[in-house]
Amino acid sequence: MNDTFKRMRESDLWYSFKRHPLVIVAAAAALICILGALFAPWLAPHNPFDLKTLNLLDAFTPPAWTSAGKAQFFLGTDDQGRDILSTIMHGSRVSLTVGICAVALSMVIGITLGLLSGYLGGALDSFIMRVADVQLSFPAILIALLIDGVARVVMGKDGHDDVAVYVLIFAIAASGWVQYARTVRGSTLVERNKEYVQAARVIGRKPLAIMFSHVLPNVMGPVLVLATLHVGSAIITEATLSFLGVGVPPTQPSLGTLIRIGNDFLFSGEWWITVFPGVMLVILVLSINILGDWLRDALNPKLR
Amino acid sequence: MTTPLPLPLLEVRNLRVQFPTRRGLLTAVDDISLSIAPGEVLGVVGESGAGKSLTGAAIIGLLEPPGRIASGEILLNGRRIDNLSPEEFRKIRGREIGAIFQDPLTSLNPLYTIGRQITETILTHLDVSPAEAKKRAIDLLNEVGIPAADKRIDHYPHQFSGGMRQRVVISLALAAQPKLIIADEPTTALDVSIQAQIITLLKKLCREHGTSIMLVTHDMGVIAETADRVAVMYAGRIVEIGPVAEVIHNPQHPYTVGLMGAIPDLTKEVERLTQIDGSMPRLNAIPSGCAFNPRCTRKVEVGSRCTTERPGLLPAGKTQAACWLYANDGANDGANNPANHNVNAPQTVAV
Amino acid sequence: MLAFIIRRLLQSILVMLTVGFIAFSLFNFVGDPVSLMLPPEATQADREDVRKALGLDQPFYVQFGTFLVNAAQGNFGISLRLGRPVSQLLVERLPATLELAMTAAVFGLLVGIPMGVYTALKRDKWTSKVLLTGSLVGVSLPNFLIGIFLILIFAVWLGWLPSFGRGETKMIGFWSTGFLTTEGLKAIILPAITLGFYPITLIMRLVRAEMLEVLRTDYIKFARARGLTNNAVHFGHALKNTLVPVITITGLQLGAIIAFAIITETVFQWPGMGLLFIQAVQFADIPVMAAYLCLIGFIFVVVNLIVDLLYFAVDPRLRVERSGAGGGH
Repeated sequence: MNDTFKRMRESDLWYSFKRHPLVIVAAAAALICILGALFAPWLAPHNPFDLKTLNLLDAFTPPAWTSAGKAQFFLGTDDQGRDILSTIMHGSRVSLTVGICAVALSMVIGITLGLLSGYLGGALDSFIMRVADVQLSFPAILIALLIDGVARVVMGKDGHDDVAVYVLIFAIAASGWVQYARTVRGSTLVERNKEYVQAARVIGRKPLAIMFSHVLPNVMGPVLVLATLHVGSAIITEATLSFLGVGVPPTQPSLGTLIRIGNDFLFSGEWWITVFPGVMLVILVLSINILGDWLRDALNPKLR
Repeated sequence: MTTPLPLPLLEVRNLRVQFPTRRGLLTAVDDISLSIAPGEVLGVVGESGAGKSLTGAAIIGLLEPPGRIASGEILLNGRRIDNLSPEEFRKIRGREIGAIFQDPLTSLNPLYTIGRQITETILTHLDVSPAEAKKRAIDLLNEVGIPAADKRIDHYPHQFSGGMRQRVVISLALAAQPKLIIADEPTTALDVSIQAQIITLLKKLCREHGTSIMLVTHDMGVIAETADRVAVMYAGRIVEIGPVAEVIHNPQHPYTVGLMGAIPDLTKEVERLTQIDGSMPRLNAIPSGCAFNPRCTRKVEVGSRCTTERPGLLPAGKTQAACWLYANDGANDGANNPANHNVNAPQTVAV
Repeated sequence: MLAFIIRRLLQSILVMLTVGFIAFSLFNFVGDPVSLMLPPEATQADREDVRKALGLDQPFYVQFGTFLVNAAQGNFGISLRLGRPVSQLLVERLPATLELAMTAAVFGLLVGIPMGVYTALKRDKWTSKVLLTGSLVGVSLPNFLIGIFLILIFAVWLGWLPSFGRGETKMIGFWSTGFLTTEGLKAIILPAITLGFYPITLIMRLVRAEMLEVLRTDYIKFARARGLTNNAVHFGHALKNTLVPVITITGLQLGAIIAFAIITETVFQWPGMGLLFIQAVQFADIPVMAAYLCLIGFIFVVVNLIVDLLYFAVDPRLRVERSGAGGGH
């Protein structure tokens, strides 16, 4: 174990990490956001979903540092008297959950299809790649909108609400698998023709085992970079869909939902209801993107 | 009365090229000196990584950062050029020093006609009208042997075959009439049959225009055909330099001996080609003293000096070699006294 | 080259058929097609007639064929939500979206390309680093958030620009334009910046990456070795080679811009196709959804085709046939 840590400390990646203060800040910010979101039910100062604790008299309280603010509601309250800081923490939880699950699912779909396509070749390969090409020319948001819209119609409004989160995760995953599939397929094609693979086949190892133990480790670097950047864009996609009203159901508001709710009060002067969830969203996605960007440059052999 | 030596066209004195890296300062070219006379072809030969290309890049001022010239001087016609400002150096490039690189396909911009690329070079350096520039371009193409030059001047690079492209590259390098051309592996990317044609072309142009060439390559055959003198580089240093015939037939430095021995000779009957044990050291692990000493079989004759002191170029027969075998100061404490050693006898290297 | 065009046309038709199929499935299997085609007050007899007229008793491929024929003529039935023919709605709303998308695309090119070139050529200046970090921020900001912030600053706090709608428009034939009135011009600024933000950052990063690649090539090294001026090397050679892939990728982005307009139009209540589509999704208005899908698919396919042809015009390697090559050694 000590050996692994030693190797990590001396690695080029850590060296690069230490030299980029912005990346360190971003990593710290991301960590704080994620931990805050993960432990929101225990860490949040209030429970915004417990109707008994809400008091309409508290509604529309501005942030604590303004003249009309109250100390217990640090970032102010919304139209129902919910503490903004707490809603943001819970909202981040939903946003992160959807984002990470969607990316994980997308990776699984993409890697599997990429491996199959690259290793088996033939008609299956052509078909999958053709679908990928067509799908690539449509932006992810459109595909996600479509899947979500169809599900909405098929299941009816109430039925849909129950599974809305799962549909959303699937929709976002379905719109993003192509990049993984292509990368993995490329690597698989390269590895497939190498002699050790053919030797393994002769010995009688199953092709699946070969692909897993040999191709995957080689391709994990680029896939990791893709995934990190994908989390950022998945969160944005979810926020956008929720903002448009076709994302998560109102019972589980994400940051996008919060922004939408707050948008109505922009003109009457209660700017904090929409601005703070917005800022939180930006911090979350920005720190993830900075990390992903740095990771891509650090792992890029051409730039070393 | 001694006639003064003609001024060399190019003089490199104690050039050192270094790269600062994460793991320390790497010295890729370590204190080399050479000179090229007007109209002369100097070959620079050595394995990959010996520092030959970097020497050429340093001379023409195209070292890629973080590489930099750490010390030394480069003089062109007696005038220092290594400390010129970027704009002043730019005026020299193409006009006084030209360059040719290895791959003719990637050396030409695919989106412009070759005519445009040639006339652009001419117009940058020479004060002529565009019409005159075009005429000169056609003449150049004729000179390098492109048929139907006046039509092909409007063609794009991909419309030429490999050999033709290298001729175009040569014409581009000569467009502003430089006095010195640095040719970095000009024939390596070409078919063997075309290599001969390009070499002949280079020699002919060199003679007719009086252009000097610094021919960097790892191919001894090309050197033998083309060069007047040759410098052998090893681990960033010049280990031997002298007239081509001498270096090839009477190599003095043990490394050069090994190199020549490794070349198949159709006229001799040998059972095995000679092979030098080991490999050239990496830049971050260059041995102290003579860089070749771990692989040298004649160390015993010199003694401990080989590992402690680095030899400079010493006169050795009709060439110069950086080897303590040729030291006359009596400081060698090896097994046999090298002063008694017949340096002109054919050398053998243990196989 | 002719073979290439034919192949691309066939590909395009294939894509259109796929899109049409998805739209058709929406129509027939999701929701009741008969109700989709008729206003709610229709009688049972009317339904029977429509059923026969729609050929719902016909085999699948006949139904699909009829759908395609209808679609080609722009007939997608009646909007469930608004009760008017879908084709009419599309024609009304198309100009708004296209004007917005075009303006955003122009912003993208006019701002993105120079910034990309600057950050590539002056890599080490702090201004470059600021711009690069800014571009990272730009990619991390969702479209709607940019819109909201802009509205907050310029409409609510400063009151300079309108926060919704198109302002006054004039009609040219069937096209309603907002470019000819000051109200219209003021109204398009914020939405166009919002929509253009992502293209600007994308183009900037693309141009920068491409240019850095190009600056590393042998032909640039050779150009420098020939003593060409910095301007000639950077703008004559490097820029031209950089822009070739960039312009084509930007063309492909046009389709994405039109799709992202959905979001911008929602934020600014811009009366375009995007807003129509969102309202259709919320309302489960199938005909509009299907029509939008087909239209978007068509625009994408056309744009892709034009971009591919553009490649031909710009890159001489693709233009000249094999017969011109060779010519001896």
